[in-house]
Amino acid sequence: MSDGALSFIMRDHIHKLIEKNQRFDGRTREEFRKLTVETGFVNKAEGSAMVYLGDTRVLAGVKSIVGEPFPDTPDRGVLTTNAELIPLASETFESGPPKQPSIELARVVDRGIREGQAVDFVKLCLKPGEEVWINFVDIHALDYDGNLFDAANIAAVAALKTAIIPASRFDKGEDYPFPMKHVPISATFAKIAGHLVADPSFDEENVASARLTVVTIETGKLCAMQKGLGGSFTRAEVEKAIELSLAFGKKVRAQLFQM
Amino acid sequence: MGGATTDLKLIDENGRRIDGRRPDELRPLKIEAGVLKRADGSAYVHWGENKVLAAVYGPRECHPRHLQNPTRAIVQCNYNMASFSVSDRKRPGPDRRSQEISKIISEALEHVVLTHLFPRTSIDVYIEVLQANAGTRCAGLTAASVALADAGVPMKDLIASCASGKVADTIVLDLRNEEDNFGSADVPLGLVPRTGEIVLLQMDGDLSVDEFKTALTMSTDACYKIYEMQKDALKRKYCVAPAEIPAAMAEAIQTSAAPAEQVNGGDDIKDDTSDNQQGGMQ
Repeated sequence: MSDGALSFIMRDHIHKLIEKNQRFDGRTREEFRKLTVETGFVNKAEGSAMVYLGDTRVLAGVKSIVGEPFPDTPDRGVLTTNAELIPLASETFESGPPKQPSIELARVVDRGIREGQAVDFVKLCLKPGEEVWINFVDIHALDYDGNLFDAANIAAVAALKTAIIPASRFDKGEDYPFPMKHVPISATFAKIAGHLVADPSFDEENVASARLTVVTIETGKLCAMQKGLGGSFTRAEVEKAIELSLAFGKKVRAQLFQM
Repeated sequence: MGGATTDLKLIDENGRRIDGRRPDELRPLKIEAGVLKRADGSAYVHWGENKVLAAVYGPRECHPRHLQNPTRAIVQCNYNMASFSVSDRKRPGPDRRSQEISKIISEALEHVVLTHLFPRTSIDVYIEVLQANAGTRCAGLTAASVALADAGVPMKDLIASCASGKVADTIVLDLRNEEDNFGSADVPLGLVPRTGEIVLLQMDGDLSVDEFKTALTMSTDACYKIYEMQKDALKRKYCVAPAEIPAAMAEAIQTSAAPAEQVNGGDDIKDDTSDNQQGGMQ
């Protein structure tokens, strides 16, 4: 079982494969792993989605309550995104309060949803200045085989897209579908041996020098990006990542939401 | 135990419960072994409307270090509920209830794990409740022992676990949410089936001695049924169906099982092999 430390021989092997446009699991550099999504996994949640991206597995759930809006947005609902990197999912995760990796993950997913205008916040308002829907998206990593960013983004979006606002439970009229405008989908790339590698696995992440996440919406616009780790990207690589992210987003939207 | 009053008719005229079960009937239970890639061992239990994952890491270096025991391994269980697993969102992170459950499950598991084989180490068990509907600690313990076996951790036996309780003056098995909230007693039990030892027992509510005995008998019987399902889950993961055995290997098995006379040359080496294999099976 790997604990994050990778043998030199494995490191060299991954590098050599990448040079030849091959990968340990048989993919090419630009190929993503198989994506499977099971929505409605948790019946206690307003919406939920179990996402399998290769062997990476993430469960997201949405819970909604009635509460007060923020003073500066009195006519808008509230959305909070939170990620739990629980030790069940990997030897490299520890229990305890959220640490930097899970905070970054949650914030990148949140940024995609917020900046991609996935949610129609005005439709989450009950009484301006007094009552709005406060929504929580909780993301649980269950099995960590690399690229939690994309798995978490897809899980969160699929959970929101299938969520039902529990209005009747709170005596606020009839239940209605969670108001969504756009579908932001993220695509993450690693830089390994000087090449851009899509959807890195756990071992690939361990040899990567840099990471880039690009979130796009169905109109072909970009809504969020995040570069991580110590390495760097060239301008050409960033442009390539955007192109691949748009294609991946299109594919995922077609697969999940027939868009 | 809620003990709250309700208009719900928890037991109907025909003695059936709100989900149509008889008093001594379990909810549908499905156990799967080895469901996670990263963990050393894992199990998934779908029990009624409970969905529980368990993962095992270890034996590995013990953290925090001061818990290390120079003579044996310790079992550290961490029971955690997903924030969306219950009706009202649960704040993420440990609370007093989950700390207590983690402790009693660790202690139950320590009884069956052969801890003396791994001095100074920790065997970490993570129980993740994805969807809850009463009885999650029993589902968690049931899943955890299958996950330990899946991880290859040496054990005396598995632990099977099930709760019983009292609802509308009737002793019932395996309470669901409404029965737990509006019932009058709840008794979770963890049992070592091979020896009949009780390794987890809690009770809250109001029971006479006779009622308690009835409840315990009911949950003990259920634990034996659950034990069979646990073993079945492990067999499904690890037994190879005859059709899946490659032809070459099947031939080898046949050859070694054949009587010595029929094997050309009938030499001693082949005899030894088959003897050894038989010995290993016993």
